[in-house]
Amino acid sequence: MRKTYVLRSKGERFSFLIERRAVLVITSLMLLVLICAIVGTSIGSDFISPLQVLWTILGLNEGQHDFVVLTLRLPRVLLSILVGAALGMSGAILQGIIRNPLASPDVIGITGGAAAAAVGFVTILGGALSIKLLPLFAVIGALVTSLIIYALAWKSGVTPIRLVLIGIGVSSITGAGTTFMLILSPFYSAGQAYIWLTGSVYGAAWREVYTILPVILLIIPLSLWFARSLNAQAFGDDLAAGLGVAVQRERMGLLLCSVLLAGFAVSVAGTVGFVGLIAPHIARRLVGNMFGNLLLASAPIGALLVCGADLIGRTAFLPLDVPAGVFTAGIGAPFFLYLLFKNRNQF
Amino acid sequence: MSILEAKNLTIAYGPEPVIEDLNLTIPQGQITVLIGSNGCGKSTLLRTMARLQAPRSGTVLLSGEEIAKLPTKEIAKRMSILPQGPSAPEGLTVNQLVRQGRYAHQSWLKQWSREDERMVELALASTRLTELADRPVDALSGGQRQRAWIAMTLAQGAGTLLLDEPTTYLDMSHQIEVLDLLFELNEKEQRTIVMVLHDLNLACRYAHHVVAVNDKSIYAQGQPEDIVTRELVRDVFGMECEITIDPLFGTPLCIPHGRGRSIHGKPRYDQLVAAGAISNSG
Repeated sequence: MRKTYVLRSKGERFSFLIERRAVLVITSLMLLVLICAIVGTSIGSDFISPLQVLWTILGLNEGQHDFVVLTLRLPRVLLSILVGAALGMSGAILQGIIRNPLASPDVIGITGGAAAAAVGFVTILGGALSIKLLPLFAVIGALVTSLIIYALAWKSGVTPIRLVLIGIGVSSITGAGTTFMLILSPFYSAGQAYIWLTGSVYGAAWREVYTILPVILLIIPLSLWFARSLNAQAFGDDLAAGLGVAVQRERMGLLLCSVLLAGFAVSVAGTVGFVGLIAPHIARRLVGNMFGNLLLASAPIGALLVCGADLIGRTAFLPLDVPAGVFTAGIGAPFFLYLLFKNRNQF
Repeated sequence: MSILEAKNLTIAYGPEPVIEDLNLTIPQGQITVLIGSNGCGKSTLLRTMARLQAPRSGTVLLSGEEIAKLPTKEIAKRMSILPQGPSAPEGLTVNQLVRQGRYAHQSWLKQWSREDERMVELALASTRLTELADRPVDALSGGQRQRAWIAMTLAQGAGTLLLDEPTTYLDMSHQIEVLDLLFELNEKEQRTIVMVLHDLNLACRYAHHVVAVNDKSIYAQGQPEDIVTRELVRDVFGMECEITIDPLFGTPLCIPHGRGRSIHGKPRYDQLVAAGAISNSG
């Protein structure tokens, strides 16, 4: 039996039903993220003890490690956490909308659109504009692509199956476009674009952290707001509508949340693969099917995945700095196969 | 008073309407059953009355108010709909399922009020699922599962309950289990129930009011004993039959003509029982 807590104010202005297991899991996950952040900042070409890291962050270390910790490592670690959290949550929302555990922002063309725009920016505009504008292009790419998918899927409302089919179609078009642009472009800009495509938080600066932080802080509560209807949507459009869900409106809001999360994440870190697919799967094993818990658990899991992948990427192959995207895919994909294999009776 | 009313309803998926200029009044506090052959539009009619499908023209009135103008949450508080063959995500427990019935009464800050809790407990109790509340829905029997879905619609707290073929895919004992429950809900709590049923005999047994849908419109409606005749079955279902009386309930019983094994001239079942050759004690 699932242990639950009931939280009610006196006049019942607010009331919540909270599962004990979910509270335990989500708090532990957040602690793990914190540990990962500190360890990630400690480890590098020279080791700085976690305690020293903490002192430095708190400004109690008389500037001893300020440059390495505050300028080089911390923004990178924070960015990987934010990107991972955004991708994990985006995937969880999308799997809820599409009602399919195989949905993710990479599959239905959101990141594909961002990638095409980013590669177009690097190869076609190539240096005409400041590289600082690349994230903006990527976000616009993600939004425009999603808008196209949504419009094409519209037939007096959009259905999950139409969204996913058209998404896959659009995704392969953007993929072809991206490859085409890469082939036509000069060697050096293709290289630059290629690293972006793999997904990396290399050379992350505070500017990028500040770009994505407000988006995430804004969208997390918004997604949780919409998540309530995801539980009802899981029963199908008819039942959800019967329960009083304004299905189309909720679906559009959720899709927008998912697109913004994935779009901004990808815009600063490139197309980090597999996190959006895998984080919700792990979350589901840990906290079950209810979407409030699922979204809250997917975020720290995504953060751990990207933060961990980046940590491995920049330490295990010194002096090489391997993009985090290599490891999220390299570790993520086999792990995903393992999950499918372990639960093969269920699928 | 009519709780639910369809006025000049025309429903179409394509150019050809499925239902044309149909008027229907659902009596409050009774069980109404829609019958008709496959594809006659009875499910479409039910869906339209539940605002799941927009009509091409005409209106549906819920206690006198146009449903097209009511907020969907407001409708959900007064009328619930259980579509055909619902499915739950794997691993979802009965409790979690039934709680979803409270959606229309909740907001982001009010996710689990005392009223929510009371209604869910009540719904579980009246469907006799309290003991099974922590079981996953996919581990239940067909009849129990359908009861869980009905419990969810009960938790919604609506006075009117619409069901699209609530007995499909259920074997006979589970069909009776589900229909008995609905009958009880109507009797004890005076809930208005509107449902589509395939089985004419069960419709005659449980319905106060039968609506036979045929040729885009209503062929006949009324008490089963008044309207279910050979002609009705011939015109609505395209089948020859004899109508006799249900020996247990006295309601009309339809026995179809057709081919089959006839054992006239051999000892009949009741004669064998009388002779003690077989036991009738069950």
